[in-house]
Amino acid sequence: MEILLLIVWIVILFTVVMLHVAYATYFERKIIGHMQVRLGPMRVGWHGLLQPIADGVKSFFKEDIIPENADRPTFLAAPIICLVAMMSSLAVLPFAKGWVLADIDIGLLFVFAMSSLASYGVVLAGWSSNSKYSFLGGMRSMAQVISYEISMGLSLVGVMLLAGSLNLSAIVEAQGDRFLGMYLLPQCLGFFVFFISMLAETNRVPFDLPEAETELVSGYCTEYSGMRYAIFFMAEYIGMMVMASIGTLCFLGGWHGPFPVPFFPPLWFVLKVYLFMFIFIWIRATLPRYRYDQLMDLGWKMLIPLALANIVLTACLKAILT
Amino acid sequence: MSRPLMQHLEVPVPDGEGERYSLRMGPQHPATHGVLRVDLELDGETILACMPQVGYLHRGIEKLAESRTYAQGLILTDRLDYIAAMANNVGYCVAVERLLSISVPLRAKYIRTMVAEMSRICSHLLWLATHALDIGAMTVFLYCFREREILLDLFEELCGARLTFSYPRIGGVRQDVTAGFISELQRFLDIFPSKMEEYETLIDTNRIWLKRTVGVGKVTGEEALALGLTGACLRGSGIDYDIRKHQPYDAYGLVDFEVPLGRDGDIYARYRCRMEELHQSARIIQQCIDQLPPGPIVGPDAPDLVMPAKASPRIAAGATTYGAGLIKLIRDRGPYLAGDIYVATEVPKGELGFYFISDGSSRPYRMHIRSPSFIHIGAMAAIAKGGLVADLIANIGSLDIVLGESDR
Amino acid sequence: MESMAIADRLRAEFPDTILHTYTHQGQTAVVVRPGRIVDILRWLRETDGIRMNHLRSLCGVDNAGRQEQGLSRFEVVYNLYSVSLRHEIRVRAAVDDGEAGIDSVVELWSGADWLERETYDLLGIRFNNHPDLRRVLLPDDWVGYPLRKDYPLRGAEEWSGMTELLAKVKELDQYGFDPQGHAPGQAAPSREDSP
Repeated sequence: MEILLLIVWIVILFTVVMLHVAYATYFERKIIGHMQVRLGPMRVGWHGLLQPIADGVKSFFKEDIIPENADRPTFLAAPIICLVAMMSSLAVLPFAKGWVLADIDIGLLFVFAMSSLASYGVVLAGWSSNSKYSFLGGMRSMAQVISYEISMGLSLVGVMLLAGSLNLSAIVEAQGDRFLGMYLLPQCLGFFVFFISMLAETNRVPFDLPEAETELVSGYCTEYSGMRYAIFFMAEYIGMMVMASIGTLCFLGGWHGPFPVPFFPPLWFVLKVYLFMFIFIWIRATLPRYRYDQLMDLGWKMLIPLALANIVLTACLKAILT
Repeated sequence: MSRPLMQHLEVPVPDGEGERYSLRMGPQHPATHGVLRVDLELDGETILACMPQVGYLHRGIEKLAESRTYAQGLILTDRLDYIAAMANNVGYCVAVERLLSISVPLRAKYIRTMVAEMSRICSHLLWLATHALDIGAMTVFLYCFREREILLDLFEELCGARLTFSYPRIGGVRQDVTAGFISELQRFLDIFPSKMEEYETLIDTNRIWLKRTVGVGKVTGEEALALGLTGACLRGSGIDYDIRKHQPYDAYGLVDFEVPLGRDGDIYARYRCRMEELHQSARIIQQCIDQLPPGPIVGPDAPDLVMPAKASPRIAAGATTYGAGLIKLIRDRGPYLAGDIYVATEVPKGELGFYFISDGSSRPYRMHIRSPSFIHIGAMAAIAKGGLVADLIANIGSLDIVLGESDR
Repeated sequence: MESMAIADRLRAEFPDTILHTYTHQGQTAVVVRPGRIVDILRWLRETDGIRMNHLRSLCGVDNAGRQEQGLSRFEVVYNLYSVSLRHEIRVRAAVDDGEAGIDSVVELWSGADWLERETYDLLGIRFNNHPDLRRVLLPDDWVGYPLRKDYPLRGAEEWSGMTELLAKVKELDQYGFDPQGHAPGQAAPSREDSP
């Protein structure tokens, strides 16, 4: 019985997240459109509201092309690896008090582990396509993920120190429901490092090197088409959402808001996540792209030392104050 | 399978040197600005050797021009740099006029200067748009197209075409400008500075933009001259060479403008040069509007497609259809002065030169086009070597090439 | 300096290589023998007071159809300009035999590389000591030199690459692909369906 209930919950979560992903693309296209003095999708439905559905249907029915010389099993598995890894991190995210599928004590670590796994999907996709552009994209992704995973992990150590737990619900509870309780203020350095690493981790502008369309012609997904391409796309957006949620949970006080909302407790959480998403999109419309070596410079020479400094600072403060 | 279909396209695979591998960029690639192909030898992402290959768009314009009369040859120049076709038309007309000693009325000179500068703004806006897009700044791309659209609409109003104009004529221009056109152009000039500010806010001091452009693709002045770079690519390296100042043609001697110079010869210097040129072009257009004198727009001795009143009986007598009469009219002109001449004009991409040999007949004996894009692509190998793939993309954008002109 | 004065100095420096000089529409040209072309251009480039540091254009000419007397079969024309001193001159090197060719000036202007390749490509004039003399605009297996006067405007024959491509199309036609590229058995969308 309990398992059945769990499955129902999983299905509901899956559906809701997929709908969010679909409408996140709509959200992005509309916002970027208006920032760039154009309208974005307008044709399918009122103001293009049905566009994501149309896109989904289209990519589902498109021909699935597998290059002749591709490494077939890996080529087929790569997008699935990406998607599964990203989806499983959803299980540990608490959307509101008690609204979590698996309230495990190492929630934060689990999310890290899963997001590193997702990058295997990208690397394998680049490798197995048997195309030099894809290969370069895969290589870039590998280097990028390795460097930014470290700074990202380190940037959250401060939060762990303050909260004294790796359980995401516990981290939110530790921040309390007051505005000043949010870790954004005491952990501003950590938040800065986390935010930049988050952009790099999700391959967003200005760190979209693995898929830089003007250099590598879409990089690792050059050879993918139809549904497989759409799966990469979904994985990227779920990744964005997961990262935005982590940011919300660890720095912005999770589901707490100025006043509790009856019937739909996750409202504040969702709003905060969408705030993050908006910033993602805003940055995409504004900034050019870093170069490969400059990205490495930024990661290793700036973010990692900063994150380390943040840990030392936090630890000292905590030791002094308690 | 037997031998590959297009064997000449095969790049020899380097023999087992471990890290080296070859990558072919183009001819279909979003950042090669048309059908340019670049064969790269890479070590990781570092470029060991870079071999640009052109010719995919070769239409034999020089050969075609030899079989057409001077007036007919004009339409071929539209197909050179199709982004700034007006500037090519003007360049061709200036060259033919000097070759055949044809005079141009002052009003036509001003109008040609005006449309050539409008063309320069168009071309530079497109350059900025694609250059920024190549480096990843997507919004600038659409902002630039917004302003370019206004200019293309103006061109459409002027001559009915948005891409291939053929508006200037040997000895003048085809149609006079209207008061409505001038007022629309004035409106554009009034808003243009604020739009320029918008682009500059987005990228001018952007940290990432600076990181991608400062110190990348450096060319010293000496090197630039030896490589034959012209236009903003040469001026970005600090060499003061602008044909509009050095050998003024049309009304450039009569208007006041400055030639912006860079110092470092890197991508950023070239970028700043072109941005300043946009301001200067707007200034020239403003002066052309203010000083535009009244008078005729076609000279008396123009061998032209414009139908002068005196020509109509000849058409009626000589031909069964209007078109055939027109062709007959064009063919019947001459004889012309024999001799050779090289005339260069400053088009947005650099120095566009026409070398003509006339043997006295109504067709050029030889027409050679010195196309800046061809020479810039030739120089690319020297500039991009040792950089990263991402720098090559930035360099291609910065050299501002167009393949129609390069391949001819 | 006046272009004519430069031509006179050039004549004094290389008395037996200069064939003649003339001015047309204000532009001075020097017709020279091809043998010492590199020396002439180097002298023009490096002599004080002349400093022709900008090679504006380099092109070949086929003289087969010209009426003037005493012209060689080919010519290579160099248009030079001095960016610092603002004067220009044209050097026309008379080349009798395209195969024997003329010396390359890549050592003076590295940008001449592609210009010489282009001249070789379209006119078949060889440039000796050129680092990489290949066709540039046309495919490597192109037959003939299009800008020669005896080359017909529409070309003599189809390019072999094109005939091969057409043969390949024919070969694929046997498998019954329709013009839209659909495999046999797979019904092509009827015309009414397409927008």
